[in-house]
Amino acid sequence: MHTLDTLKPGESGVIGTVGGQGALRRRLLEMGLTPGTSVMVQKMAPSGDPIEIHIRGYQLTLRKEDAAEIEILSGDAAEQAARRRSRHRFRKGGGQA
Amino acid sequence: MSILIALAGNQNCGKTTLFNQLTGANQHVGNFPGVTVEHKEGKIRGEKDMSVVDLPGIYSLSPYTPEEIVSRDFIIQQNPDAILNIVDATNLQRNLYLTLQLIELGKPMVIALNMMDEVRSSGISIDIKKLSEEIGVPVVPISAAKNQGVEELVEELRRVVRARQLPARTDFCEGEVHKALHAAKHLIEDHAAAAGYPARFAASKLIEGDEPLEAVLELDESDKDILQHIIDQMEEGTGTDREAALADMRYQFIEQLYDACVSQKSMTREMQRSVKADRILTHKIWAIPIFIGIMALIFYLTFGPLGGSLSGAFEDAISFATDAASNALSDAGVSLWMHSFLIDGVFTGVGTVLSFLPVIVILFFFLSILEDSGYMARVAFVMDSSLRKIGLSGRSFVPMLIGFGCSVPAIMSARTLASERDRKLTILITPFMSCGAKVPIYALFTAAFFAQNQALVMISLYLLGIVIAVLTGLLFKKTLFKGNPVPFVLELPAYRLPSLKSVLLHMWEKAKDFLVRAFTIIFLASIVIWFLQSFDFQFNFVTDNSQSILAGIGKAIAPVFAPLGFGSWQASTALITGLTAKETVISTLSVLTGGEQMLGTLFTPLTAYSFLAFVLLYMPCVAAVATTKREIGGKNALLTILYQTLAAWVVAFIIFQVGSLILGG
Repeated sequence: MHTLDTLKPGESGVIGTVGGQGALRRRLLEMGLTPGTSVMVQKMAPSGDPIEIHIRGYQLTLRKEDAAEIEILSGDAAEQAARRRSRHRFRKGGGQA
Repeated sequence: MSILIALAGNQNCGKTTLFNQLTGANQHVGNFPGVTVEHKEGKIRGEKDMSVVDLPGIYSLSPYTPEEIVSRDFIIQQNPDAILNIVDATNLQRNLYLTLQLIELGKPMVIALNMMDEVRSSGISIDIKKLSEEIGVPVVPISAAKNQGVEELVEELRRVVRARQLPARTDFCEGEVHKALHAAKHLIEDHAAAAGYPARFAASKLIEGDEPLEAVLELDESDKDILQHIIDQMEEGTGTDREAALADMRYQFIEQLYDACVSQKSMTREMQRSVKADRILTHKIWAIPIFIGIMALIFYLTFGPLGGSLSGAFEDAISFATDAASNALSDAGVSLWMHSFLIDGVFTGVGTVLSFLPVIVILFFFLSILEDSGYMARVAFVMDSSLRKIGLSGRSFVPMLIGFGCSVPAIMSARTLASERDRKLTILITPFMSCGAKVPIYALFTAAFFAQNQALVMISLYLLGIVIAVLTGLLFKKTLFKGNPVPFVLELPAYRLPSLKSVLLHMWEKAKDFLVRAFTIIFLASIVIWFLQSFDFQFNFVTDNSQSILAGIGKAIAPVFAPLGFGSWQASTALITGLTAKETVISTLSVLTGGEQMLGTLFTPLTAYSFLAFVLLYMPCVAAVATTKREIGGKNALLTILYQTLAAWVVAFIIFQVGSLILGG
């Protein structure tokens, strides 16, 4: 499995599943690392860890061991995931039930 | 009727700036009941009946951090009249994640869309009307830093409170998650009402997985089974687990909202500028030298010319006042002990407290600039890997570094750390850094005993402190502080020019905090030491220190230090007086031995080194202890100083015993 920690600076991908558990996993999801979101690795700290990523229009840093819990999709799988996200378009007037 | 507003928002969204704009200097700090998380409260300027509580900066209402728990408890239990949710318009998606959860709390609410000046100047436009319609909450565009839109915001708040206008919608999804939320809501409605929770909020938290809330709601077994069934069905339908399903639901709505309301999906100029600045500031090679350079400059200014002249002026003022009082007392013919009490006890005590002020004020001036500008997050990013090995995260580096100047502001600065665990461990090891007050002791002893290798011995003491701090981290990482460290998932906000107002307010807050909370303890400790030094066991006033109660105590505890090589009563007495301020060790020793040149009669080079190691490591001065108590509570403070003193004893013991073996053999 391809994971976020293996991306090099400048490379981007689409998030598949988010692993891990407890507070860490919840925090990753809350910060916007949800399945189907595109993410780019901006750079690495001087020692190579943690990494800095660009997601949802902002910069976030996380440790490599935690980034290893995040699956990165490529090729067809990435396209599919991205398409799934745009399936529900926004309706004018909004608000359902 | 008075109106209470709860101000909630992410970190780095300008929440404190808005709070300062709303309240001016008219604010005070309080603690949430039972936890060390604090909040600020203040009256809104020009609105006598409106007060606002600044909740901690949070990203969500999960039950994982004390900040998130107190925030939701505050809104549910204190029942504010409205929630003011501040949202960073330059980082809309992530900020709205909290908004969707706040809406579920079912309170009148207004969104302050902050940093609109940056959005506009970057050529991005946000359809405020549409945003407000779709999310069902009034949205007021503001720029807290430029004080734009704040009046309109207050007006809108007043209107919403008066009309008791609730969010127009709480549903942001369809399909499986929607079904599950509705089913759960019906199931637990009565339980939620009984516990005082809004049913909608409780339902989504239960589905997401929220053990504390589940316990509060007291669901019976059959309800729990049904709930589990609802969740199972949802997980099956969405093909993902409960946590991801809800996060995904919220972000899907947010993405649609974002697409519909934001004209141009590019970064703001400020963000682009930050990315460029980080090419240098977090550069592979330059990041650490730049950081060290910045800290060195701050140190230089704080403890060098700027702080030095301020401290000097302070000391002059204090000694002038002391002399004047002393003369006045002599003229008035007060008794000798009364004179001593007022001058050596009261004035010295006050002087000790005040002597910390210049350092605290200047240091926090610079630290809040680093914090508010966004640089501190970069420090954490750059330093994280080196501190992770001892169970800390990058943020702990700054307090430890300040520890080389003075433990008091260092311990105070640990408050910005993300987790209680990190705070406790950082506060425990910070005093092992050789603070400024220990330097005169090192200087005197090394000059007397190690004239050839003075610098080398000094450096070895600094290193010894660092080594013990590292060993302590390693020791406790796996044992006492095992727990769950708060995940290191940190936002790197855009660099921004800090506002002078915020910086000055922060500085004033820290100074006030120190004065108010530390004054009593430091003052009392000074009086107690004065008393012990000035009276004998028959409570007669003595001028010869060797006859005092303190000397008696020194004699009694001296055997404890015998295995460390310095069992003389003079040495142990000096260690006690060193608690008021470490450098006092020197003056006490010189008084008790009849001059600094007499140190040779008490110490050999080996015992001198053992003594220095003990001075370096044993419990810090009362000012630092008082600050520790303030930050992590009395029990933890007691454990901390016990550990530090024990560590000092063990290290000095090893130095003396091993040293004796080598030198003797």
